[in-house]
Amino acid sequence: MVSEEPIMSSREKILSAIKGISIEPKALPEIPDFHLTGELVEQFIRSIIGNKGEVMSRVEFQSWIGTAHFSKIISLSKTFEDLSNLALPEDPHELEDLGLAILEGQFGVAENGAIWLEDPNLGLRALPFITEHLVIVLERKNLVETMHQGYDRIGSAHSGFGVFIAGPSKTADIEQSLVIGAHGAKSLRVVLL
Amino acid sequence: MSHPENATEFLKDQAKAKWHDETLWFVRDKRDRISKTIPEWEQLRELASQIKDNVLANLGSYLEDFERNAQKNGIIVHWAEDGEEHNRIVLEILQKQNCKAIVKSKSILTEECHLNPYLEKYGIEVVDTDLGERIVQFLNQPPSHIVLPAIHLKKGEISELFHEKLHTEKGNEDPTYLTQAARIHLREKFLGAKVAITGVNFGIAETGEFVVCTNEGNADMGVHLADVHIACMGIEKILPRRKDLGVFLRLLARSATGQPVTNYNSHFRSPSPGKEIHIILVDNGRTAQLAREKFKNSLKCIRCGACMNTCPIYRRSGGFSYGSTVPGPIGSILSPGLDMKKYSTLPFASTLCGSCSDVCPVKINIHEQLYEWRQEITKTHGEFGKGLSMKLASGIFNSPLAYKISGSLMRSALKALPDSLIYHPLNTWGKSRNLPETPKETFQQWYQKNRS
Repeated sequence: MVSEEPIMSSREKILSAIKGISIEPKALPEIPDFHLTGELVEQFIRSIIGNKGEVMSRVEFQSWIGTAHFSKIISLSKTFEDLSNLALPEDPHELEDLGLAILEGQFGVAENGAIWLEDPNLGLRALPFITEHLVIVLERKNLVETMHQGYDRIGSAHSGFGVFIAGPSKTADIEQSLVIGAHGAKSLRVVLL
Repeated sequence: MSHPENATEFLKDQAKAKWHDETLWFVRDKRDRISKTIPEWEQLRELASQIKDNVLANLGSYLEDFERNAQKNGIIVHWAEDGEEHNRIVLEILQKQNCKAIVKSKSILTEECHLNPYLEKYGIEVVDTDLGERIVQFLNQPPSHIVLPAIHLKKGEISELFHEKLHTEKGNEDPTYLTQAARIHLREKFLGAKVAITGVNFGIAETGEFVVCTNEGNADMGVHLADVHIACMGIEKILPRRKDLGVFLRLLARSATGQPVTNYNSHFRSPSPGKEIHIILVDNGRTAQLAREKFKNSLKCIRCGACMNTCPIYRRSGGFSYGSTVPGPIGSILSPGLDMKKYSTLPFASTLCGSCSDVCPVKINIHEQLYEWRQEITKTHGEFGKGLSMKLASGIFNSPLAYKISGSLMRSALKALPDSLIYHPLNTWGKSRNLPETPKETFQQWYQKNRS
């Protein structure tokens, strides 16, 4: 007689192996409300500069963009809507030679310069990575202290994709020498309103 | 090959070995400096450790939550018992897409599963897109460090390699120039790939999302241009809550490279319209490690590499000397769990100084586990190189008379013995060690003269 042992899937095998191991229960700790001492804007600017980005005022940005020559610009920022000279394509491959993307950040984290953006801010997920240069527009009132306040801010919001961007693309894989512009944007400018 | 044999090979180029040692120490120093700017640093380490304790105690139910939530978000979830099954699942997805070329961002798990050679056997071109990984891939080498894959190479070697592979100027060693050449080369690969593979830093049970962290942006360049994203995740990468990321993202980059955060921290929750996200949950020895009471904590590891940068043995012997996918202290407690015989020398490649445990962001007791593995290995394998001399020593230390006699014998012997005998190839102890100057009298003789 052929024994009819049911064939277990890998899922069942892994879960039943785990079930068979007795591990003393450990409670999930609550995360205390850590804070940052010092001035928020100052800390944020210092963090962005440390990450090799740049922080600008609206006036500084306007004078910079006046002298910069980008043939292709996509702006999804309501503040600088008129700078767009290209419509968002359907296929991100068409962004291959995009010079500048201007996006709106939801909030920035002072302790490390990380800025949160979600699908509605990005238009296409590839946009902040494939563009040669990146500008993120952020309001001062949207700065938080640490990543803890950052995740409190995100809360249970549901977006298909979200990203913390903290600086321009960089690498130090050749003899630990820092090089800006590995695969993603070669520069990050944050316009603080 | 054993760790000491491989290390000997690495140390032949003394100037390079010295550079390796100093460069990694520099990274360790950066980690120290940035960690001291966070007053709650030690509290964060403790929290991270406690969160991971809770994960290990409830792994099954968190994995089920993760799967259910990910599926709700439109992610396709697969389970793989071992590396082979993981590779087979990847191949099936590629074949269904009729895909012959893929881009891959850093994933230590796919290294562990030997995915590249497997796919190449089926005629699929795999391009590693992290700069350091692309460099070692050109050389047919594995990464020598989990965060700094090409740390064993000097820019002259990379310049020569890029001249051959990417037709850069001969002799141009400028890192900016070389990186730019790689950017152009890899951009073409990103634009051409229909499928992109990434690793996973964290998977969140309560939301079914997963997080991938890079500095270069290579993971995002790959997946957002491709139609299909395959994410490979070890089952231990689970975190219970989204807010736990606050703790772990504060620790990860600071511990790894001394940066306040990685540049791109991407949270994947559901695919873009018309695209696919697959996640493969891989066991490959992890449940077996979870069952080992003394070693289960090694599964808390978040792959920051801090223990490598601080380890006096790693810095002076190089990643390849370990012969395992994850080298260094953490690798030396993970690898024997996969194959105790093959990796039997690794837990001995340590001074047990404990620096690895001190810098670990999730407070794994690495050096204690190294010591525990030594007990296990000695019990299982019995006869080791050091076996006989250690037994002799134990006989001597057990008898006061034997100790006295052997002491005086040793003092004359140390003076009289020719170096050729002490530094004999059969005497492994003599390798890279100098014998101490011998005192003229014993401690007992000195005490009687001076204190009695």
